[in-house]
Amino acid sequence: MAILIIAEHNQQALKADTAKTVAAATKIGGDIHLLVAGFQCGAAAAEAATLAGVTKVLVADAACYQHQLAENVAALVVELGRDYSHILAAATTHGKNCLPRVAALLDVAQISDVIAVESADTFVRPIYAGNAIATVQSSDAIKVLTVRSSAFDAVANGNAAPIEAVAQATDAGLSVFVSEELTKSERPELTAAKIIISGGRGMQNGDNFKLLEGIADKLNAAIGASRAAVDAGFVPNDMQVGQTGKIVAPDLYIAVGISGAIQHLAGMKDSKVIVAINKDAEAPIFQVADYGLVADLFVALPELEAKL
Amino acid sequence: MKILVPVKRVVDYNVKVRVKADQTGVDLANVKMSLNPFCEIAVEEAVRLKEAGIATEVVVVSIGQSGAQEQLRTALALGADRAILIETELNLDSLQVAKLLAKVVGTEQPQLVIIGKQAIDSDNNQTGQMLAALTGMGQGTFASKVVVADGKVAVTREIDGGLQTVSLKLPAVVSTDLRLNEPRYASLPNIMKAKKKPLDIVTADSFGVVLQSQVKTLKVAAPAVRQAGVMVDSVDALVAKLKQEAKVI
Ligand SMILES: Cc1cc2nc3c(=O)[nH]c(=O)nc-3n(C[C@H](O)[C@H](O)[C@H](O)COP(=O)(O)OP(=O)(O)OC[C@H]3O[C@@H](n4cnc5c(N)ncnc54)[C@H](O)[C@@H]3O)c2cc1C
Ligand SMILES: Nc1ncnc2c1ncn2[C@@H]1O[C@H](COP(=O)(O)O)[C@@H](O)[C@H]1O
Repeated sequence: MAILIIAEHNQQALKADTAKTVAAATKIGGDIHLLVAGFQCGAAAAEAATLAGVTKVLVADAACYQHQLAENVAALVVELGRDYSHILAAATTHGKNCLPRVAALLDVAQISDVIAVESADTFVRPIYAGNAIATVQSSDAIKVLTVRSSAFDAVANGNAAPIEAVAQATDAGLSVFVSEELTKSERPELTAAKIIISGGRGMQNGDNFKLLEGIADKLNAAIGASRAAVDAGFVPNDMQVGQTGKIVAPDLYIAVGISGAIQHLAGMKDSKVIVAINKDAEAPIFQVADYGLVADLFVALPELEAKL
Repeated sequence: MKILVPVKRVVDYNVKVRVKADQTGVDLANVKMSLNPFCEIAVEEAVRLKEAGIATEVVVVSIGQSGAQEQLRTALALGADRAILIETELNLDSLQVAKLLAKVVGTEQPQLVIIGKQAIDSDNNQTGQMLAALTGMGQGTFASKVVVADGKVAVTREIDGGLQTVSLKLPAVVSTDLRLNEPRYASLPNIMKAKKKPLDIVTADSFGVVLQSQVKTLKVAAPAVRQAGVMVDSVDALVAKLKQEAKVI
């Protein structure tokens, strides 16, 4: 039994989610092979080889994998994947894009957003925005899973797994990369940060997010947002936390001017400590908060920044 | 150009579902059911393409129990032309749904499939990608902008790091994200008109697709509840708690 994991990277470095996906694979047991598909991605492959538990790194280095388009990556994974018992990817937008395509081509189901591994065929996953937790058992020959990285601790580095090149390089010819607008930030990534401070509609505009920045600087925190704040154009879409945005579980989550809709809670209620700052004492966010402060955020935030 | 829009009947997004005491599933008795929000956005996008003169027909299809006719009528009231219900009592996986939809693609031959990115009950986020795989089409998932021109569709996708635009050969599958558009409300005259639009009902068994799922649900439990917290009365008190009690800063 061997497990194939699709690594996520930007050619130079692995995303933190990959080490967490390896952690989930370790719980299943067996050899773990990491596939790095990209273009001029040697550095990412070298990093992949350092992850504890990985027994082999497969590198598909070709121009057609540069943008890791789902059509091309899925075709490659299907080609390599038939001999594996499990195929895993992180439940990031990349994993969610590629893996169902792989599953369908292999004629097996996919189990999305695994938060716990009970055994090699039994997995736990949230449904209904996390309001129910299902335990499911798969009898498919190949189990295809996306892993919710917030539920697993990254494996350590220090390994030196062998790296093997794979020769496949087929462009499916169905899609072409046009452009990318990536948000640049000096802050930690939302899904990797130990502390997150998020703003909602209560922030009133994008400029006011500066009030969160000073605090984030002091705490080395990432900044997140509710959907309402993203929809209103205060901040970019990649800052959205929730059922349909990013799922996070930091040590500390500070929700500011966020009411606490089910869909927002789905993305942050597994945080270790939750703080809510809201002027409405009845806001549902207080029901999940460890520490609640009923206050006007425009008064509380500058004070908080000063006192940290 | 014909557009096919698969839509799912799901529990309304405002409902906080409860797990059944015997842990076999969630309690859906007397719970409000609606069109999945992402499917509503998919219908809206298709109707806008028709209004812009790019699409000629919008066909909506749903797989599920007879009650899904209600959501198909909603989609017709939003502007779809014709509806198909593939009736089954079974709770299908995304793979089986995608296989049935692939058959519909075979007969209807749409140039574009616009589908929700995620059903808010299963939270699977799989069907569109699977359908694209099974029909050999390209996929533009999590779309926040869709531009059809010159036999291609340019899709701006919401990805973890920001936005990405890909260009797909038609026919293609596009899955909708929340910011693609804001769906309209169906007007009363359109609701009345929708009652007369064609809605075909066929049985899932008639498609020759194996509907047996390989994934068995062993149990459905309620999530762990968080311990009730405390209210603090000042920023000072908050900082003190975070430092001394929670020790997170
Ligand atoms: C299919 C679907 C998926 C969704 N997915 C997500 C998701 O992934 N993530 C997400 O966040 N939402 C999601 N939503 C939206 C969700 O239902 C809510 O609409 C949204 O979370 C509300 O955002 P909010 O709390 O910022 O805004 P509101 O609900 O408007 O709350 C604003 C809060 O700010 C407080 N406030 C206002 N002014 C001040 C002030 N001066 N000081 C202090 N407090 C103040 C108010 O008391 C209020 O509680 C989804 C919805 C749907 C239908
Ligand atoms: N039973 C169904 N009938 C029609 N469309 C469906 C069905 N299930 C899923 N879909 C479509 O696939 C999308 C994604 O669903 P899922 O992959 O289950 O999260 C939904 O938004 C629908 O557009």
